[in-house]
Amino acid sequence: MKTDRKMKRAGALSALTLLAFSFAIVMTTSCGKKGGKEFLASDAAQRVYVAPGDKDEVYLFTSGGFNGQIGVQGIPSGRLIKVIPVFSVWTENGYGFDEETKMMLNTSHGFIPWDDSHHVEASQTKGEQDGRWIFINGNNTPRIARISLTDFVTEEIIEIPNSAGNHASPFLTASTEYAMAATRFSVPIPQRDMPVENYSKGEFHGTITMVGIDSKSGAMSIKAQVKVPGYDYDLSHCGKGPSHDWCFFTMYNTEQAHKMLEIGASKNDKDFILAFNWKKAEACVDQGKGQNVPASYVRNRRAENNKPATSERLTSVRMMEPKDCPGIMYYMPTPKSPHGVDVDPSGEYIVGGGKLATVIPVHSFSKLVKAIEDKSNFTEERMGIPVLKYEATLAGEVQKPCLGPLHTEFDGKGFAYTSCFVSSEVVKWKLGTWEIHQNMPAYYSIGHLSIVGGDSAKPMGKYLVSLNKITKDRYLPTGPELVQSAQLWDISGSKAELLLDFPTLGEPHYAQMIPASLIKDKTRQIYELENNHHPFVARTEKEARVERQGNIVHVYLTAIRSHFKPDIVELKVGDTAYFHVTNLEQDFDIPHGFAIYGAPLPNILIMPGETLTVKYEPKQPGVFPFYCTDFCSALHQEMQQYIRVSR
Amino acid sequence: MNFLKNKITPLHRNLILAVAALMIAVYFVPLWHISLVAPQYPEGLTMNIFIHSVQGGTPHDLKNINILNHYIGMAEIVEESIPELAFMPYVLTYMIFGAFVTYLWPRAYMIALGVVNLLLVAAAGLYDFWRWEYNYGHNLHPDAPIVVPGMTYQPPLLGCKTLLNIDACSIPHIGAILLFVSVGVLVYILYIEKKKAEAA
Repeated sequence: MKTDRKMKRAGALSALTLLAFSFAIVMTTSCGKKGGKEFLASDAAQRVYVAPGDKDEVYLFTSGGFNGQIGVQGIPSGRLIKVIPVFSVWTENGYGFDEETKMMLNTSHGFIPWDDSHHVEASQTKGEQDGRWIFINGNNTPRIARISLTDFVTEEIIEIPNSAGNHASPFLTASTEYAMAATRFSVPIPQRDMPVENYSKGEFHGTITMVGIDSKSGAMSIKAQVKVPGYDYDLSHCGKGPSHDWCFFTMYNTEQAHKMLEIGASKNDKDFILAFNWKKAEACVDQGKGQNVPASYVRNRRAENNKPATSERLTSVRMMEPKDCPGIMYYMPTPKSPHGVDVDPSGEYIVGGGKLATVIPVHSFSKLVKAIEDKSNFTEERMGIPVLKYEATLAGEVQKPCLGPLHTEFDGKGFAYTSCFVSSEVVKWKLGTWEIHQNMPAYYSIGHLSIVGGDSAKPMGKYLVSLNKITKDRYLPTGPELVQSAQLWDISGSKAELLLDFPTLGEPHYAQMIPASLIKDKTRQIYELENNHHPFVARTEKEARVERQGNIVHVYLTAIRSHFKPDIVELKVGDTAYFHVTNLEQDFDIPHGFAIYGAPLPNILIMPGETLTVKYEPKQPGVFPFYCTDFCSALHQEMQQYIRVSR
Repeated sequence: MNFLKNKITPLHRNLILAVAALMIAVYFVPLWHISLVAPQYPEGLTMNIFIHSVQGGTPHDLKNINILNHYIGMAEIVEESIPELAFMPYVLTYMIFGAFVTYLWPRAYMIALGVVNLLLVAAAGLYDFWRWEYNYGHNLHPDAPIVVPGMTYQPPLLGCKTLLNIDACSIPHIGAILLFVSVGVLVYILYIEKKKAEAA
């Protein structure tokens, strides 16, 4: 009896130990996650370290997504070096609040302090990056913005009429002749009241917009729009080399579902990639095809030499339908609800990100050119746009690459890299053979990826950044709301190696990486005072003064280390005062700030040689201080003065 | 010393013209160079002193040096407050005129006179520069925000010196070197003339 119990106890104990032991093994091995360390280059730390005093090799420009701005980071260090305010107000420097920049956010719906900025696009010349401008779209209030890479400031914002969900935007032609835009959310064109169900009856449409860009100034104006069937036009890229004259657009929801799209828009096994011969469309417009239709949209421009920004209301736009200009558009069937469309550096391969497909379909430009000449390749027509046979344009399919392929960029060495959201990875494959070479995991749920010059005719390659949607445990925890994560890979060797994990601002939907050499020697350090033609500039302290015209008061304020002139400003209750602050410094990195007690405004930061204006309407008598908010000098604390408000 | 009455050789006459050319060049190149380096100015600030003006190394350097200096009470460097810049060009004209006169009246004692004149002018110039630097560094505005007890800011005459957070260096530029070479050439001529007289 005693031995029986002893044996039973021993048995139970050893069973328990075995269980605990195997549990431990399972936990530390198969369930154990190394977070990417298994892909890490052995000298990763050295390769991403930029020593004090040295500079990064590459500028990474990321779209801010729901923050409406552009983030600028250095690669390989991943350091954040700037936020460029574009579509959202920015209280750090007063963008969107001072009299000049608040006009940039004017729209046909009035002043809107925000947008959802998705896609950054770098200017190119003959398919190569040229470091002149960055363009970015506003998704919610359809707009395209242009940012100067000399000043790193938003210079122009143009609204796109007859559109909604301006997602497939802005995508530049190979020499930045045009920026393309397209509607993701089909709407009645022109806008009018009707039952939403009519969408599924084909009564909603979309537009493809050609925004012309002046080659010297970058100034934008809408050349024409083409009205197209109401599908969700998702993304685009334009061709290069032989395909220079064409742009390509993916779309989903060819089912034209108007509700429960997650099911309704995913029924067809193929949607389309639209091939658009913009060169031919341009010729048709120049020949007078299409008509000018009334439209209400706004264009805002920052002027040269500190003159006031302008906001113009535009009232018409040239609209064509595909039947007005046969041969400008063709639909290429593409599996399945394709997301990104990317053209390889040679201009021949058009890669579709078949989001819900099990393949990555690749179309051939040379086959497209042949296919459109033989009408036997046309299966049907939609609004005058011929639909081609899938096999007529297909170059090949990458089989079972991953789950949820989205975007593709290229390294210039014959390889393509496609991001896959569902399986959270980048898949590297060979153009022409469609063979998969490597799978690179993303932490976690990658959306877009970026390679230096990866969408140009001459990619620099070397670095790849994955821009991810889920962060979870990548960084120190900071509560429920987290920053978005990104990883940096070195793709210069035959096998990609992981280098760095770093956070990004807002939600980058897209990024462009540009070699620093194209930008860093052309940036501005100061604005020359002698070129300042602001109507209320004061170029010396002698010109500082207060001018009263009834209830309107113009204060010509100068700022220099470490005081403002005039010393005291006297106003009356009920005045509308404009403080025009001119920063008299002509020295690099000496901005001055300006803030007034009780004013319902953030501070403004004025750069050397610049003049900015804020409106101030005193409501109460008293003596109220104003001061410099940006640490400018040893006596910055003493840069304080008073406004006296009397009845 | 009798050799001084001799007529100098044709070669030496021509050398006088070369010296005149060097002195004319001094109108177009800076005489002296001052550089200021501070932790927050990794790119440096520089001043070039010409015989007729003071210019910053970059278009805005002079303005920025003045802005920095006003905290410690130093006067602004403006050309109007430096009368030397107005009359020094005339002094140089006189010297060049002297060179041409020597060419036409090529006696060795004229050369000796030229050397003496140049040396006197150089000594006077350097003393004057030192004196100007002294006043500039010592006559500080009583309301200066930053006062370091006992501290003065006389820039160096020749060489480098640390003043508060700034390393200031003062060195001759091309113009001063040209004048130095001019004196050298004249002394050399005198030496050869003397040798020639002794050999005869």
